[in-house]
Formats: sequence, C-alpha cells, structure tokens
Amino acid sequence: MENDLLVLGGKTFRSRFILGSGKYSLDLIKAAIEEAHAEIITLAVRRANPGGEANILDFIPPHVTLLPNTSGARNADEAVRIARLGREIGCGDFVKVEIMRDSRYLLPDNAETVRATERLADEGFIVLPYMYPDLYAARDLVRAGAAAVMPLAAPIGSNKGLCTREFIRILLNEIDLPIIVDAGIGSPSQACEVMEMGAAAVMANTALATAGDTPLMARAFGLAVEAGRAAFRAGLGRVLDLGGEASDPLTGFLRN
Amino acid sequence: METAQKLTDHMAYLPDMEQVDPSIRNQVTAARAAFEPESFSAGDVRRALERETLGDRDFGALLSPAAGGFLEEMARRARAEKTRWFGNSVMMFTPLYISNYCENHCVYCGFNRTNHIRRARLDAEAIEREMRAIAGTGLQEVLILTGESRAASGLDYIGEACRIARRYFRVVGLEIYPVNTDEYAFLHKSGADYVTVFQETYDPNLYAKLHLAGHKRVFPYRMEAQERALKGGMRGVGFGALLGLADFRRDAYATGIHARLIQKKYPHAEIAFSCPRLRPIVNDATVGPGEVHERELLQVVLAYRLFMPFASITISTRERAGFRDNLVALAATKISAGVDVGIGRRAEEKESDRGDGQFEIADPRSVREVQAALTAWGLQPVMNDSVYVPPQEA
Repeated sequence: MENDLLVLGGKTFRSRFILGSGKYSLDLIKAAIEEAHAEIITLAVRRANPGGEANILDFIPPHVTLLPNTSGARNADEAVRIARLGREIGCGDFVKVEIMRDSRYLLPDNAETVRATERLADEGFIVLPYMYPDLYAARDLVRAGAAAVMPLAAPIGSNKGLCTREFIRILLNEIDLPIIVDAGIGSPSQACEVMEMGAAAVMANTALATAGDTPLMARAFGLAVEAGRAAFRAGLGRVLDLGGEASDPLTGFLRN
Repeated sequence: METAQKLTDHMAYLPDMEQVDPSIRNQVTAARAAFEPESFSAGDVRRALERETLGDRDFGALLSPAAGGFLEEMARRARAEKTRWFGNSVMMFTPLYISNYCENHCVYCGFNRTNHIRRARLDAEAIEREMRAIAGTGLQEVLILTGESRAASGLDYIGEACRIARRYFRVVGLEIYPVNTDEYAFLHKSGADYVTVFQETYDPNLYAKLHLAGHKRVFPYRMEAQERALKGGMRGVGFGALLGLADFRRDAYATGIHARLIQKKYPHAEIAFSCPRLRPIVNDATVGPGEVHERELLQVVLAYRLFMPFASITISTRERAGFRDNLVALAATKISAGVDVGIGRRAEEKESDRGDGQFEIADPRSVREVQAALTAWGLQPVMNDSVYVPPQEA
C-alpha cells in the first residue's frame, strides 16, 4: 500500500477517507482525524468564524488539508464568491463545489456546478465538485477542469448507502478522474463496498455525527476504506450469479 | 378604541401595497378551514409516524388531540430527524429592537399604538453602540426588529441599520413591517438575508377582530410577505402563528402548510419556524397563552420538525430556560441569548433613548450562560451558519 497514493491537484494523500466536520462537536474533530488517519477534512466556509468564537478552523490540526465547501450557494456565481472567501480566510486552494437549489432534498444542481467548476478551475482552484451521478455532467466536469468528481451515493444526510450504485459504476468505468463518493454513505461496510468498486476515496459526515461515538466511528470508516481499497487492488474474486457451476464441461463435445 | 364603523376592510389592499398571485394564500386559508383536529384517530397518528415523508394529512394528525398520547414517540423521531439534518449544532442569535413606535392597533401587543409605554427609536450611532455591545458577546447573527411604523422607522432607516449590522455580524435577519418586493430587494442589498413575518393568526375573521388599525390590518398583504421577500432576493423566510390567539392546532397547521407551499414554489428558500406563545405585556398582565401549555407547544414544535425536517425552528425567550434547552435538544435548532426586547438597554443608552419591551421574557440568560447550557447538553453552539453574498449589480 506504500505507493498507493491518492493524487488530487498534484498533491498526494495516503488516506482515502475524507472526513466531514459539520454536524458534531468541534472538540471531537481532532480525535476523529487521528482515529481515521484522515488527511483531508471538509468544512463549510459559512461555518468559519475567523477571529471569533467556535471557529471551526481553530479545531483542525495544521497538517490536515482543508477542503472548504460552498454550501449555501444557490448558483455558480454564489459558489465562486464563497470559494474566494474561503481562500481569503486561509482555507487554501482546494474547494468542494456544492450548489443546491432545493432546501428540502439538498440535491446538487449539476448544470450550475459545471459552470462554477469552470470558473474556479480558471482561477487556479483545485476543484472537487459534488454532483448527482450523471455521466454527461461528469464529462462536462472533466472538461471544465475538475480535479475529481464527487457523486452522491444517496440523499445527503440520509445514511441510506449506495442508492446510486449502478450510476456510480458507470462513472467509474468512463471517467478518468478520481471518483470520490460523497453523501449518503451510512456505514463502514458501505464505504468498503464503494472502495471495492474502484472509487478513489469516500467522504462521510452524518454517519459519524449520528454515531454513538464519533471518533470510534471515524476509525471504523478509516479501516473500512483501507480494506475496500486493498480488495479493489487485489482484484475481487468472482461471484457466481447463477448458483453452482456444472462439473461436467459444457464444451466437452468439441473435437480437436 | 376604534369603533366598528371606523374599521377598514381587512381583506382590501391599500393603494401602496403590492399584490402577488394569491394562490398560496387561498390554499392555506382553505386548508385551515377544512382542517378538523378532532377528526384524527390514534391510527392516523401511528400511520403518520410510520411514514418516511409526511404529507399534509400526516402533519394534521400530529397536531391533533389524538397525537397527545404519542408525544414520546414524536420526540424520539424528531430528535433523530434533527440529528440527521443538523447534527448537534444549535445556532445562536439575539434580537435587537431599534424602535418601538407602532402605527398598528393589535389588541394583544405591548407595542400597540394605544398602549402607553415609553417609546424610543435609536439613531444610527446608538444602533452601532448596541451592535458593538452585542458583537462583544461573541454572537455573529443579529435579528433587527422594529415596531410597525413607516413614519418612525422608514425603509432608509432600517437599511442603514442593516448596513451597520453587516460591519459587526455575519448574518442579519429582519422582523419588521411587511414591505413590497423592491423594498425587500433594497434591504437585501443593504445586508439582510432573512425575513420573518408572524401572521399571528391565519383565521381572517379573527385577524380582523384583533388587528383594529394600521397597515397590519390588511390580512392578505401580511400573508404574502414571505413571497415578496423571496422575490426580493432574501435567502430565507420565517413563519409563525402567535399561539394562544386562536385555535392553536388550526393555526399551527396553517403555518406548516404555508411554509410547505412557499418552499414548493421557491425550492431554494430556507424555511424557518418560530413558535411564540402569547405573553403578558406592559399594562396588561392578563394576556397569556390560554390553552397552549408547554405540552401543547412541544407537540407543535415536534410536528413542525417531522413535517419539514430540514427547517430551522427557533424557540423564543418567551419560554423558560429549562424548556428551551430541552427543546433544542429534541427538535428546535436555533436559540436566542442575551435577549432584551426593549430599546437601547444593551449599551446603556441615555434614559430618553430607552423604550419598553414588547412582552415579558422568561429566559434572561446571557450568551455565555446559554453557551454553557448547550455544551452541557452535548450540543454545539454555532455562531454563524451562513455567508452573505451581496446581489450582483444589474
């Protein structure tokens, strides 16, 4: 596993588990990072409070790469402006584009996301767009300069697991950028499955926040992601969909 | 006291009032009229609690007397929904009343124009002093309130207050008299992102009996305020019925349906509920919440949470500290702290700049005290959860 690195925007990471930070106590962040061996953490720019109280930035160890997100943005223009704000307050050049125009389901708007990705990539950001797993949109994101694409597994916060499995599989087959599965992953076993399929990384937040012990669940996710990655690299054994295999060869009638 | 002869038609817009498509208003008032709280059975409540997404009828069941025996189940599910959507975060803010002059005559309100209270209006310098004092407590969200008087607190005055607020706060909300779309756009450009308008009651006939004079008397104009605010570019809108004025179940139902229809038409809108109960006012200690006891208020809050799990729910300082803390642990997401509902009392303005409050508060805790209480509950106090993105110049 030593040389199996995740590369995003030219930067390499050993860990393939991206930690969310939005829904649990700030003083658990450090422990969750350590337990999961996470190297990237997402945070909402809107939650940053530089110089003020309960500033999430104050709780993140300096060696961890920040992945600020643009949550709250309703269109490309707002996402661009929130991303710039994140850079201004010291969040670095990574940005996770999140554009939602529906407060009930919080589904990403792919068209606006493509527009924002193009503009932010032009401005030198390392752009990781959160998206609904649509092949055409993913191709547009590649063309727009994304560093990875982040398709959702299920509605955000739902912990429902891989509802979009077949569509993510298509992206894995067709898109040459890292695929980071984000949103809806509710348990370590689901994270493991995503990694076995060939995802480059997994992100989770609500699954940790709603667990009884957030740092311990972070550890479980870290291990599951690692296991899934190893399984993918090893090449999964076959699964016989139709039950047993005939012991007499079906092609025994052939002559030399 | 205005006589019956003097009263204007509460359903007729005044000439300066913008009219929008009345569909949502009509649907809400029709839904309220058709809602029969007594018609639901325990089976209806059970079915509602089994559904992943609640429909209008399920929401009605949870507000019905039949749901009174299911509060524990409702609370459990509400807490799970709240955790799923918000984790353990609780947003903190404080209201700042900048003027208590009012042109309306609402019979239950301490600010009403016939009530003899000390009136005051802060000038820009005093507003800044008050805001600086609030910001010094660590808060990043302020809710600017005025009495409803365009003459005393005009749009430019409120816009100026928003611009000052932007220098001290990350999030600015408004609870002022309803205005037209272009005026909301002006206030948004001035720095505000959120608008709350309490409809008080969704019963048009009772509304007419309670709101005897002033612009507020016009029922439809008030009820369409959220729609105009969103058209004006506001990020979110708040809804509230003043529980205790009318049949609280019907008004809570109408509030939820109103919010649901607005969110459906404007999907990007952030939706917020407030759940105020009537409180005693200066010169009238008899004003109170009537049949809406804590148990009933809890039922309303839980029903809102289950019907619209993504919505923000604020719990007022009208309620005692212990009740508020329990509610934010279960279902509410937003709590005020360091509250003063009077004028000019935070930065110790001179006596002539101090005005009486709108109602009596029951939770006088400071920001620090509320923060400590939330932390003790295992909750995470959050000072800001929004980024103001100014509108683009045309």
